[in-house]
Amino acid sequence: MSEKKTNRRDFLFTATYAVGAVGAGAVIWPMIDQMNPDASVKALASTEVDVSAVNPGKTITVLWRGKPVFIRRRTPEEIAEAKSVKIEDLKHPEKDEDRAKNPEWLVMLGVCTHLGCVPLDQKGDYNGWFCPCHGSHYDTSGRIRKGPAPTNMEIPEYKFVDANTIKIG
Amino acid sequence: MPTQLRLDNFMSEHEYTPKSKVGKWFNDRLPLLTLANHLTDYPTPKNLNYWWTFGGILTFCLITQIVTGLVLAMHYIAHADMAFQSVEHIMRDVNYGWLIRYIHANGASMFFLAVYIHIFRSLFYGSYKSPREVIWIIGIIIYLLMMAAAFLGYVLPWGQMSFWGATVITNLFSAIPLVGEGIVTWLWGGYSVDNPTLTRFFTLHYLIPFLILGLVVLHIWALHVPGNNNPIGIDIKKPSKDTVPFHPYIVIKDGFALLMFMIVFAFFVFYTPNILGHADNYIEANPLVTPAHIVPEWYLLPFYAILRSVPDKLLGVIAMLSAILILAALPWLDTSKIRSAVFRPLYKQFYWILVADVLILGYVGAMPAEGLYLLIARIATAYYFLHFLVVLPVLGFKERTIPVPLSITEPILGGSPNFAAIKKKDSFKDQ
Repeated sequence: MSEKKTNRRDFLFTATYAVGAVGAGAVIWPMIDQMNPDASVKALASTEVDVSAVNPGKTITVLWRGKPVFIRRRTPEEIAEAKSVKIEDLKHPEKDEDRAKNPEWLVMLGVCTHLGCVPLDQKGDYNGWFCPCHGSHYDTSGRIRKGPAPTNMEIPEYKFVDANTIKIG
Repeated sequence: MPTQLRLDNFMSEHEYTPKSKVGKWFNDRLPLLTLANHLTDYPTPKNLNYWWTFGGILTFCLITQIVTGLVLAMHYIAHADMAFQSVEHIMRDVNYGWLIRYIHANGASMFFLAVYIHIFRSLFYGSYKSPREVIWIIGIIIYLLMMAAAFLGYVLPWGQMSFWGATVITNLFSAIPLVGEGIVTWLWGGYSVDNPTLTRFFTLHYLIPFLILGLVVLHIWALHVPGNNNPIGIDIKKPSKDTVPFHPYIVIKDGFALLMFMIVFAFFVFYTPNILGHADNYIEANPLVTPAHIVPEWYLLPFYAILRSVPDKLLGVIAMLSAILILAALPWLDTSKIRSAVFRPLYKQFYWILVADVLILGYVGAMPAEGLYLLIARIATAYYFLHFLVVLPVLGFKERTIPVPLSITEPILGGSPNFAAIKKKDSFKDQ
């Protein structure tokens, strides 16, 4: 009696628990996944913007996936300033060339990477953006220079459909 | 063989038999009358002061929030396009809608005012110590749920502060490595705070008060096992000369305190209903513009200050959560055997420093996170943790406490109804 041996009953218990766990998981997963973005939200994933009216030194803000996207036509000084920064000085090292394929146009999510506020244009210590919520400063390339934000403002997927139209998403 | 179901030791120590035949018949099947009798006769220390009335006040607050919330839900529409207008509709068109909404909105603040007094009462009189740890931990869970309910409710009017408050708080989860972004998208049900977020927040805001209600029952149940702590923090034999029955003594005292509290409550509702809110929340949510200065409601400010005082995103979130969760470990961090601060001359001083520290954190939490404010926030944050992690554990060993009386009546009448306490004191004398 004292000897422990795996018998048929133990096997049946284990098998029952295993099937039960799979069943419970199969029930719980839909309950969790229903909270993820639904088909109608995903369907609005891309947007086209006409930028012909944007002059150098101006920014337009468009809504994409419920978030603001900054489209800034940068002045030559701003481009020069963005390119002159030493990569070692950056908290999140990214070259300006990698962020703005066409240096005149900076297209990025206008969302502070700290806690999601919308930074203010042409403010802060680096002539770029300043987040009023918790004081993050971004440069003319939208890179984080000072403050609590961990990374640069995100560059969404976008392309120039023609000279005056940008497709985001 | 007694036919009556006993509700074990936490119920009255004496047997209870209803007087009427019907009552006895019912009570034998479901001992609700035994429960009522227990609550009426429940022996309470006779020296309880007015700081002990906030449990009752909090029950009142919870019921007020549930009742007014239920009524508001009959008129409110949880949709991103209509929520803001439906709140204005409640304010302007619904009969007494303004009153009900102002009671609900200010009720949240009153709830937190009462809970902070209740928590600091426990801190002063050592109510969290053995054998009341479980009461304390349930209380902390209730407090966390209160914060969740308050945050979710604040989002529902869909004003600028609602929207950006929701954005900032949900983004706290993005600090979690690897899965953070996925969790935030899951919480939102989209790529930003939007209609799916609003509808789920409404559902959860409706659910949480009932969870709190259930936990309040457990909180009181756990309280009725050892009985109330008291201002001198001694174990009290019950029932004895040191106790009075809950009804009518405590009921009357709680009732009077509740009336005083309701005067304060009514003052806010009728004279300054918006003073605790933010004007920005009367502007409809706009995902393109963040208000210049985002601040949470006053009752969350100390934790907000802690979040902002840490320059790193993840560490800031961890510090903020730890500031709350550290309270759950308090019964083991405080090493002193003496409960009440009345007999702990040093702890009493540190207690008031902590009170000041939390008030300072609240103040700097409302100010911009820069310059001197940031420096003060950092010092106050460091002290907050120092109090719990260093001061309290060390104090229990180092402090010379004042002798604790044997009973509430001992300083005047001598002796104690608690023979165990006399024996313990005599054995101290022998040493």
